[in-house]
Amino acid sequence: MKVDKDTFDKIAHLSRLEFTGAEAEQMMEEMTRIISWVEKLRELDTEGVEPLVTMSHEINALREDKTASHLARDKALKNAPKSDGSFFRVPKVIE
Amino acid sequence: MSYPDKYEVVIGLEVHAQLSTESKLFCGDSTAYGAEPNHNISVITLAHPGTLPKLNEKALELAAKMGIACHCEISREMFFDRKNYFYPDLPKGYQITQDRTPICKGGYVPVKLENGEIHHIQLTKIHLEEDAGKSIHTEDAKDSLIDYNRAGMPLIEIVTEPVIHSSAEAARFLYEVRRLVRYLGVSDGNMEEGSFRCDANISLRLKGQKELGCKVEIKNLNSFKNVQRAIDFEIGRQSSMLDNQKEIIQETRNFDPQTGKTSGMRKKETLTDYRYFPDPDLSPVHLSEEWLNTIKADIEHIPWDMERELVEKYGLPEYDAGVICEDRQMTLYFSEVVNHTDNFKAVSNWIMGPVKGYLNDNKREITEFPLSAEKLAGLVRLVDDGGLSFSAASKHLFGPLVLNPEKDVKLLAEELDLIHDHDTLALEQIVSDVLSSHPKEAEQLRNGKKKLVGMFMGELMKRTKGKLNPKEAKELLMKELS
Repeated sequence: MKVDKDTFDKIAHLSRLEFTGAEAEQMMEEMTRIISWVEKLRELDTEGVEPLVTMSHEINALREDKTASHLARDKALKNAPKSDGSFFRVPKVIE
Repeated sequence: MSYPDKYEVVIGLEVHAQLSTESKLFCGDSTAYGAEPNHNISVITLAHPGTLPKLNEKALELAAKMGIACHCEISREMFFDRKNYFYPDLPKGYQITQDRTPICKGGYVPVKLENGEIHHIQLTKIHLEEDAGKSIHTEDAKDSLIDYNRAGMPLIEIVTEPVIHSSAEAARFLYEVRRLVRYLGVSDGNMEEGSFRCDANISLRLKGQKELGCKVEIKNLNSFKNVQRAIDFEIGRQSSMLDNQKEIIQETRNFDPQTGKTSGMRKKETLTDYRYFPDPDLSPVHLSEEWLNTIKADIEHIPWDMERELVEKYGLPEYDAGVICEDRQMTLYFSEVVNHTDNFKAVSNWIMGPVKGYLNDNKREITEFPLSAEKLAGLVRLVDDGGLSFSAASKHLFGPLVLNPEKDVKLLAEELDLIHDHDTLALEQIVSDVLSSHPKEAEQLRNGKKKLVGMFMGELMKRTKGKLNPKEAKELLMKELS
């Protein structure tokens, strides 16, 4: 399957990513290659095979309802591009 | 008006209830309300690379408990899905939810309408999911402020089928769901703190039409009254649009409690495609029969069952049962009091009147009420024994007793000089007893045979062993006859 411009634009938009024309061309090519490679799997007959949800054989990995160590706020905010000591600050998300 | 003659409203609700756990759904951050911004956070909440979520077993229990109480089918095998979207209140870029395998499927909540009819509101599903953070937008600031304390909080989302047909029915459904989560201890149902909120999907269609009309979703309604107002506003807006042949757009709208109006969301983003897929970071969950049985055994009180019991077993009017059963602790208090007295209606009167009044005035819960069940039963007995009237007891004895809850009810009444041998109320009772034990003579007296007064007075003297004020007795006798 070829990833066309519309599909690409939609995915880029949903991911909040912007591309120049050349970058977009290159990305579309790479995505098409990835999809084609994965499409190979379609050749397998999966009739009657339950969809695989996880690679692990573990089930019911649960934790007890207890509080655990938190991240100190100053440390947490340190990695934020912008903060004011209390809040993470992001470009305004409503008009 | 074109509604309700021409159109029928169809409403589906999505209720979010925050589960009563200590820690978040997938990590150990505290769920305490009111912390400073960005205090209840960890590397998992902030989606730092390499971190892994792990499911809180208590949240699983609470969700299953809710499903069992709502007669849902409980999924025996389930997994979690990622709901992908980019928004700053969601650090991972996806919300962990249950799309394909919700923990509870189907089920219903019985809702009593104003006319006494009971509707079973069908549920589509109840699923587990994590909450998002909180964005704060101020007019002046260039930025939006993000607080991640709420990100990752454990929620259940209760989704109804589009089967609700009035705003009153919608509000009543919410009342029932909130009462249920509180009875079960699944959620504190606190609407002011946002731990219980609702989205409403509303559409209109011509009466008799089968297909649903185009729906509008109103987000984050946080009171019963606002749900009702928002729905009523939408009915008005949509019916006038339909009348004027205007097209209703499928959209998400906000409700403004100040103006009572809904308006289109101001979000920049409209294109959505959540691209759900199973979250590989979380193990699938399998629930055994035994596990479900322990959860089932843990369910003690279902509010509507308790309400029915108060009517059927204790003979209370439906209204009384509804008021007492609003709160689980109140229902338990009632059940305790009636262990000490058989006058169930009197207990209900005490609870609905003086007790609730006291709790409201003092902003207290029934669990903080000073009088033990035994003491309240003592009040009921004292009034039953004719020592004093309910109104005198509630006016003059209840207050002092609440201040001295250790005191013996009767002794305190005597200290306050509230009980008299010839208390009018007691005498009234004796007079009416005497009259009803001599119905023929009473009838004759009523018809003017005055000389029978003497016979009745003699009877009264006998019954009170002479301790009575003849003038008062005669007055009461004549009053009873008239």
